[in-house]
Amino acid sequence: MSSQIATANRLTDGEVVFLGPAGWVTRIERATVARSDSEVRALQALLRQAEAVNEIVDGYLVAVEETAAGPRPVHYRELLRGSGPSVRPDLGKQASR
Amino acid sequence: MYRYDEFDEAFVRERTRQFRNQVARRLRGELSEEEFRPLRLMNGLYLQLHAYMLRVAIPYGVLSARQMRQLAMIAERWDKGYGHFTTRQNIQFNWPALKDVPDILDALADVEMHAIQTSGNCIRNVTTDQWAGVAADEVADPRPWCELLRQWSSLHPEFSFLPRKFKIAVTGSPHDRAAVKVHDIGLRMHRDPATGEAGFEVIVGGGQGRTPMIGKTIRGFLPLHQLLPYLSAIMRVYNRHGRRDNKYKARIKILVHELGQGEFTREVEAEFARDPGTDEVYALTEAEISRIARHFAPPPYERLAERHPRHDARVFASQDFARWVRSNTARHKVQGYAIVNVSLKPTGGIPGDADAAQMRLLADLAERYSHGEIRVTHHQNLVLPDVRLGDLFALWEELEPAGLGTPNVGLLGDIIACPGMDYCSLATARSIPIAQAISRRFQDLDRQREIGPLEIKISGCINACGHHHVGHIGILGVDKQGRELYQVTLGGSAAEDASLGSIVGPGFSADAVVDAIETIVATYLDQRQDGETFLAFTHRAGLKPFKEALYAAAPG
Ligand code: SF4
Repeated sequence: MSSQIATANRLTDGEVVFLGPAGWVTRIERATVARSDSEVRALQALLRQAEAVNEIVDGYLVAVEETAAGPRPVHYRELLRGSGPSVRPDLGKQASR
Repeated sequence: MYRYDEFDEAFVRERTRQFRNQVARRLRGELSEEEFRPLRLMNGLYLQLHAYMLRVAIPYGVLSARQMRQLAMIAERWDKGYGHFTTRQNIQFNWPALKDVPDILDALADVEMHAIQTSGNCIRNVTTDQWAGVAADEVADPRPWCELLRQWSSLHPEFSFLPRKFKIAVTGSPHDRAAVKVHDIGLRMHRDPATGEAGFEVIVGGGQGRTPMIGKTIRGFLPLHQLLPYLSAIMRVYNRHGRRDNKYKARIKILVHELGQGEFTREVEAEFARDPGTDEVYALTEAEISRIARHFAPPPYERLAERHPRHDARVFASQDFARWVRSNTARHKVQGYAIVNVSLKPTGGIPGDADAAQMRLLADLAERYSHGEIRVTHHQNLVLPDVRLGDLFALWEELEPAGLGTPNVGLLGDIIACPGMDYCSLATARSIPIAQAISRRFQDLDRQREIGPLEIKISGCINACGHHHVGHIGILGVDKQGRELYQVTLGGSAAEDASLGSIVGPGFSADAVVDAIETIVATYLDQRQDGETFLAFTHRAGLKPFKEALYAAAPG
């Protein structure tokens, strides 16, 4: 199976967030990577829990490949979510990189 | 312009107050997302790829300078300093925080604006010709009728939970600039040849999206005062038979198609005969029509000469100004005035985006030169409708340095592009970068002029917000095995000669699509007859010459 991370939008402002070891973070590099079925299930459980306590909205898992710089989504949609609009490099997460 | 009456004011304020409360409950965790989602969508608040997105209604695309300034203020204070004008003549803010949205809605209400019915299965913002009331070719002014429809459809209890969203467009000119044939209901105002009386041709079942269709005329001439009862009859037939069981078959176009034009018309006429609107509720009195129409009375035009010597001299002296006048101004119904089209398509820019400084400048210019009014076009441009010929040069001198003077309206660089995957959570591919790359490739304005009228329209998914089906050249971005792929259609039109484009062949990668457009344009230039537009050429020659040029050399 491919490695996975959990992502969602933060309730208060819609910011794209990723589940890290100590909670939801805005940087994909800090996302926890699930590499086995049981780790994926654990990630999913945390996702549902965070939704239930209204921390995040519309959570789901994303397939990633692991690189030296951290997890990198396989699909371009998730790459865009992780960085910001490709046509406005001054906006979104990419702006402060 | 129409001003809110006490009912409008009361319901907008009341709705904002309710939504503030709902947001607070959501933030406290008292409402789940499942419970909250329909509430936020009823107030135009979507969750997109990077953030929430607020879609604000601009009724039939008409804005006052004051409203434009308020939009600029909202963009700066609560968003990231810009807004995006859409193909529905609305504006979208791409980055509002949920907690700020009630304040934004209050700020909108302060200038008689809101975000109600910009989402959901209801009658959406009615759209019209951006030159309504000023076009030289106009038969009748559609704005009072749009306003009437706005009032009728706002919070209409019977039509607030339709099988699917519902879009109405109205044109008052024979040259259709409102794309009425690709709306759920399109209304074309014209005069009865026998009596000279104004009325509507009623066109139903047009639409784009997954199943594009050209609307069918179900009534050639409908007297003006029967508009609401007749539209109510259409909506009732739709409410009765619309496919609520299947989202993809729920639009009225599918119903018209499945029932057949004849049967659909018969049902509507029967419903109309049953309730022709003669009871008190729907009786549309002359007094009410005139009350609304008074809000659209012409501004105090001056009596001006047909030509303005200083303007003519400027056109002669400055090639750049002359180019802009030729592309971006249009004939006004009043002598000595012009309609100014402000392009929101600078070379390499993002179609439809305007920053707060540009919005403020346009508000100032509208006040100084155009009776304080601005229009939004479904081509994602803006219009200053009432400019004296003698003021055109001064106006251009202010637009130009602000990036608002690109002389490309109606030309190849005037590309429609939906937000696509750069913003939209439904997208299958990006559309803006494709528009930018094409615009850069064809940035030579003399070349654009030589090519002539050419509308390129790009959508980032099959929902077709970028109107690709009716682009002279349409581009649809899809996902093919994890890569962006662009399907090209040719020969579409949204005007009175409405037609759907045909797919030219296999799609192109993002890298190859600009070259493909170049090949298509070169094929046309090479083979066109004297004075033949791109659209006319595609209709005469079909896909063959393009297929040969695009694919002949490719192996397999
Ligand atoms: S066409 Fe698709 S990608 Fe473009 S704005 Fe509409 S839903 Fe989004």
